[in-house]
Amino acid sequence: MARYVCKRVLLAIVTVFIITLITFFTMNAIPGGPFNSEKASSPQVRAALEKRYNLDKPLPEQYILYMGGLFQGDMGISTKTGRDIRQTITESFKVSAKIGGLAALLATIVGVIMGSIAALRRNTVIDRLIVFFSTLSTAVPSFVLATLLLYFFCIRLDWISVWDTENQNIILPVIALALYPTAYITRLTKTSMLDVLNQDYIRTARAKGVARPKVIFKHALRNALIPVITYVGPMLAYILTGSMVVESIFTIGGLGSKFVTGITNRDYPMIMGTTIFLAVLMVTMNLISDIVYKIVDPRITFD
Amino acid sequence: MSEKILDVRNLHTSFRTDAGEVRAVNGVSFNLEEGKSLGIVGESGSGKSVTAYSILQILTGNGRVTGGEILFRGEDILKYTPQQMRQFRGKKCSIIFQDPMTSLNPTFTIGNQLMEAILLHTDRTKKEARDRAEELLTLVGVNEPKRRLKQYPHELSGGMRQRIMIAMALSSEPDILIADEPTTALDVTIQAQILELMQELQKKIGMAIIMVTHDLGVIAEMCDEIIVMYGGRVCERGSADDIFYGPAHEYTKGLLRSIPSVNGQKEKLIPIAGTPINLLNMPKGCAFCSRCDNALKICLEEVPEEELVSPGHYASCWLNVKKRMEGSGEAAS
Ligand SMILES: Nc1ncnc2c1ncn2[C@@H]1O[C@H](COP(=O)(O)OP(=O)(O)OP(=O)(O)O)[C@@H](O)[C@H]1O
Ligand SMILES: [Mg+2]
Repeated sequence: MARYVCKRVLLAIVTVFIITLITFFTMNAIPGGPFNSEKASSPQVRAALEKRYNLDKPLPEQYILYMGGLFQGDMGISTKTGRDIRQTITESFKVSAKIGGLAALLATIVGVIMGSIAALRRNTVIDRLIVFFSTLSTAVPSFVLATLLLYFFCIRLDWISVWDTENQNIILPVIALALYPTAYITRLTKTSMLDVLNQDYIRTARAKGVARPKVIFKHALRNALIPVITYVGPMLAYILTGSMVVESIFTIGGLGSKFVTGITNRDYPMIMGTTIFLAVLMVTMNLISDIVYKIVDPRITFD
Repeated sequence: MSEKILDVRNLHTSFRTDAGEVRAVNGVSFNLEEGKSLGIVGESGSGKSVTAYSILQILTGNGRVTGGEILFRGEDILKYTPQQMRQFRGKKCSIIFQDPMTSLNPTFTIGNQLMEAILLHTDRTKKEARDRAEELLTLVGVNEPKRRLKQYPHELSGGMRQRIMIAMALSSEPDILIADEPTTALDVTIQAQILELMQELQKKIGMAIIMVTHDLGVIAEMCDEIIVMYGGRVCERGSADDIFYGPAHEYTKGLLRSIPSVNGQKEKLIPIAGTPINLLNMPKGCAFCSRCDNALKICLEEVPEEELVSPGHYASCWLNVKKRMEGSGEAAS
């Protein structure tokens, strides 16, 4: 186990390293640069700015300088705002993580419960309703849903103010983010639960005289959750980093929107910073879900 | 004469499927005496497992007992409440299945699953249950029981897992043990060991055994009474001697011709021609008729009644009726 984790961590570091390389060089290959659109800036000012951000140096040297800083925990400062990147990322991640974390939690709990109910009440009205709902929600793109939510709850019903700097309401973005994974987990749990309920060991448990609730919650659910766990890990990473679309519709200053504005502004340090952060998060989540997977399913061996 | 512990009367079980109602068991009757062994033989699909599962009420969701009675010590278990049924399962009557590879839950340790059975039916503490689990593993011949309790099913061989299934089934010393082809999935040497173990445990614990199999060799070795099933019906039942030395149904005769002889003589094996019947569309007459070499006209038309051949030996075959009538005709003339 410890050996496996070490191996995976090493692999993760290599992955992140390769991602920095690819991002750095493709980012520079795209036409335009941080100070190209600055209308008023004179050539002298631009040259001075580029010198300040090391942009006048050859690319490999720039990369080495950046990585050197990174190892000391310095992610540079934004070419747009001049603010410290690490601090910006930390702050915006807090916002994304709160909304994303709630959405992921909601999706997992609701998805597993609804999926199990659908499986246990197969071919009843409840099952059909759940299937209908989950098909519908996987078909609706999140930006449509976000817009609809905004329209109904904020404008039509006026329950929640559209924009509030003081006390931002997080219910709507959480719902908008959670809907798709909820539907997905519902379907995944249902399929997997139906499969497990037909397994011989469930028959064994019944034959032993185990009561039905215990057959379901002890013997079936644990096995049925195995495929769900493999989905939840990456989903968590994806959702925690914030959905750019949902964040911009609800004007949330989360990580997703920072990433998008970073790209449009050619804010090189911001692009690098957010990409590395996302990569680390993704790799960590995958690792965690693999370990949880192993704990739940003892047949999985590490090698 | 010993006491009847289980008396199955005219059992009907069917499954609702998209293709229609599958009538897997159509009027099966037999009884089991305290401490004795009953063998159920028949080819694949003849309803042996469904009969066994009907007794324990562990049919899949689409299956239902549609008629008959199952009397356990005179009480109809089909009238049991779910609560009483749980008390019956595992405590009064246990089952071991064909495939030990899939019959244990892969995500729990052997100890957990074994102790669950013990805790369900006896009032032991956790600690006592663990001791009992160890004791049971020793009883079924599993080495290093302490270590086994901490292992997961995938870490053990098929034979070992079947021993664990047996230990689990016997944890509360049931009155009846149903074994649904307990050795089919195992290799030959292990098969013999498992059967031996079951016989040994039967002597020790004194439970009655229902042995489901399509291996007549197994039956010959283990069983006092035999029922032969075909197409969800019992075509013949009687003592092992009756069935092996005086088969009175064409299907049983075919079955006996199709196996290597019990005493090891080389003989030509004759498989039964034709294909098994379609349970969705049961024939009007005898289910075996289309494959029977000596079928009569009436076999196509009417289901034969079960008739006494000799004391304790019953068969459902028109040929017997014909023979009897001819016999009585001769006697009369
Ligand atoms: N869940 C089910 N749904 C529909 N049909 C079923 C179901 N279970 C069993 N059957 C049908 O019932 C019939 C009898 O099956 P059963 O399992 O009792 O056969 P068997 O005698 O045990 O055969 P085998 O030797 O292969 O185990 C089969 O034809 C099968 O198609
Ligand atoms: Mg069977």
